[in-house]
Amino acid sequence: MSDILLRIEDVIKSFDELEVLKGISLELKRGEKIAIIGPSGSGKSTLLRTINYLEIPTSGHIYLDGELVGEKQVEEKFVRTSEKMLARFRAQIGMVFQGFYLWPHLNAIENVAIGPQKVRGISKEKAFALAEEMLAKVHLDHKIKEYPERLSGGQQQRVAIARALAQEPKLMLFDEPTSALDPELVGEVLKVIHELADEGRSMVLVTHEIGFAREVADVVYFMDEGVIVEYGPPEQVFEKPRQTRTKAFLSQLFSH
Amino acid sequence: MFDLAQTIYFSKVLMIGAVMTVKITFGALIIAIIVGFIMAAIRTYSKIRLLEIMVNIYVEIFRGIPPLAQLFIIYFGLAYAGVKLEPATAAVLGLGLIGGAMLTEVFRSGLNALHFGQREAALAIGMTPMMALRYIIFPQATRITLPPLGSYAIGLLKDTSIVSAIAAPEIMFYARNLVTSTFQTTLIYILAALLYFILSFPLARVVDRLERKQRAWT
Ligand SMILES: Nc1ncnc2c1ncn2[C@@H]1O[C@H](COP(=O)(O)OP(=O)(O)OP(=O)(O)O)[C@@H](O)[C@H]1O
Ligand SMILES: [Mg+2]
Repeated sequence: MSDILLRIEDVIKSFDELEVLKGISLELKRGEKIAIIGPSGSGKSTLLRTINYLEIPTSGHIYLDGELVGEKQVEEKFVRTSEKMLARFRAQIGMVFQGFYLWPHLNAIENVAIGPQKVRGISKEKAFALAEEMLAKVHLDHKIKEYPERLSGGQQQRVAIARALAQEPKLMLFDEPTSALDPELVGEVLKVIHELADEGRSMVLVTHEIGFAREVADVVYFMDEGVIVEYGPPEQVFEKPRQTRTKAFLSQLFSH
Repeated sequence: MFDLAQTIYFSKVLMIGAVMTVKITFGALIIAIIVGFIMAAIRTYSKIRLLEIMVNIYVEIFRGIPPLAQLFIIYFGLAYAGVKLEPATAAVLGLGLIGGAMLTEVFRSGLNALHFGQREAALAIGMTPMMALRYIIFPQATRITLPPLGSYAIGLLKDTSIVSAIAAPEIMFYARNLVTSTFQTTLIYILAALLYFILSFPLARVVDRLERKQRAWT
């Protein structure tokens, strides 16, 4: 088994005329944590969404654990796989969205259990036991029967994290998981993500929380206008950025 | 002169029809919801142009032709083509397909009201698009569209009266038969009307209740 869990190979993504990703390549080792920072509109979410093929790259390829995501190779050509195959890949990647997107017609434990039950075909009892375990992991064992509308934003996001964990994913993607939260609720969510990082999980984290990125990330990528401007260990990118664009972005961030 | 025994007799006969009316309503309702939802989902999510065109053709045809004409086409047309359906089956199928075309629009606005993130979160955990529709989108879309679905169901209950035209043995079918044999026109149609009311009134109350509950839920 190779060390490389995720490989993004020269991904370009355009929406009609607008080229949002202009050739992104990146590798993530098993157990590694990558933080992606960058100004609004630089393509961070789009990049994250191409990893599990919620956005289909205009060109370029994604490999998870050595296998092509969303495509297969027939002789020399790359062709799209079926929705079924694609779903099987997505099941290996947990994703946490800025807007939580819990399903309001299901309570907390049902939100977490439905994946194991319907996607992985685990029995109902086992799925609910697993869901309860995952909710305990995000410190919500006392809220398992609550509906999303009755949970705070921080609690909702933690249920969403539990939902992703219940996939028992190889890789976790976080897209600004705390940006939609009131400031006093940010801490509880970051704490949970920190605990997951400490377990040695592989993750890609898009965030504006520079302090947090610095604590958990092994590598920080700075993106601007669809390209990776620079990357390196957090100390280097945050303290001794090489590129003027990185410097400008960081100084603007800290002036707030 | 009011004849109690005869009134009871009429009521009993009409009740047989009422059972059929309820069956046809439920059957057609289920078909209409499933067909309408699938059509709306294709219109909203499908990237296949041909499928969309087919949905549009279906919706426009069923919206643009009077229900009675459609029933005749389904019942007599299919019989002509060698498919002999029971009148009740043809009624369920006909009303269901007519309703499906109506509900396509209803569900489409429901789907548009759903945040796209609801579906994406489902795909992200590894559901196929079909699973997402079934477990995530459908339950929410039906709740959002409950008020129009409810009034459609009540309208449908009353509209089942037209299927007596193809001799499906529901309330109006029996009413007309009774009138032919007894000439008690007024009494029989009043009884029939009463039956429709008795059926639709509780339904209307249930819809009201659900609607209130749904408002609390969203
Ligand atoms: N589905 C889409 N259709 C058209 N344009 C899109 C679409 N999704 C994103 N874009 C555009 O792509 C660009 C990058 O968007 P993206 O959401 O990836 O940026 P971001 O770095 O995540 O920004 P933010 O920090 O605000 O979340 C933006 O200009 C956006 O308007
Ligand atoms: Mg974003």
